[in-house]
Amino acid sequence: MIRVQAMPFDAGGELNVFSKSVEGAGAVVSFTGVVRDVSGGLSAMEIEHYPGMTEKALGAIRADAMQRWQLVDALVIHRFGRLDAGEVIMMVATASRHRKDAFEAAEFLMDFLKSRAPFWKKEVTTDGADWVVSRDEDEAALKRW
Amino acid sequence: MQVLYFAWVRERIGLPREEIETTAATVNDLVAELRAREDRYDVAFADTSALRVALDQELVEFDAPLAGVREVAFFPPMTGG
Repeated sequence: MIRVQAMPFDAGGELNVFSKSVEGAGAVVSFTGVVRDVSGGLSAMEIEHYPGMTEKALGAIRADAMQRWQLVDALVIHRFGRLDAGEVIMMVATASRHRKDAFEAAEFLMDFLKSRAPFWKKEVTTDGADWVVSRDEDEAALKRW
Repeated sequence: MQVLYFAWVRERIGLPREEIETTAATVNDLVAELRAREDRYDVAFADTSALRVALDQELVEFDAPLAGVREVAFFPPMTGG
């Protein structure tokens, strides 16, 4: 399942629902991204996205993961809008019979949604607001898949 | 066609989207047309290696043809996750 939303969500609760829905899978892996507190005082993170393309891109990345690994299911939830430090930005969860598929697929999902899903982060600190710059490592990370 | 701008491209140009009448054959041609319009476009598109483009919500290269395209979007490299 793919969800793109402004609303906060409970990552633990979502993981429980997901785990229940794939009962018997054997392995469940999850990753949760949280707004970090940078020195200098991060007051918020603003996340812009491209409605329509975001859902399409995430759906395609998830479908690709489902094809490459033996997964029972894969979940991606990503927020947009204004988030405070400590708030959950996004989560992925994967379920498979054996842990290797679930681990690898979760990493693959993270690598691709970092630089192929149309989200842009802006850090708002006490000094002002700046767009987060993509890193070369993020692009390089895609090459290993 | 609808032209959309996101993140700092949107801020530099000063609007999120606009309808543009063009006969540009490729994205590069459209960029050249926009740059010739006004300074704010010229500044935003000065370095296309720092930009990404999507045609009808699919990522493409700047030499992609525009025939039949309804929506063009320009934005910086994505920073999701």
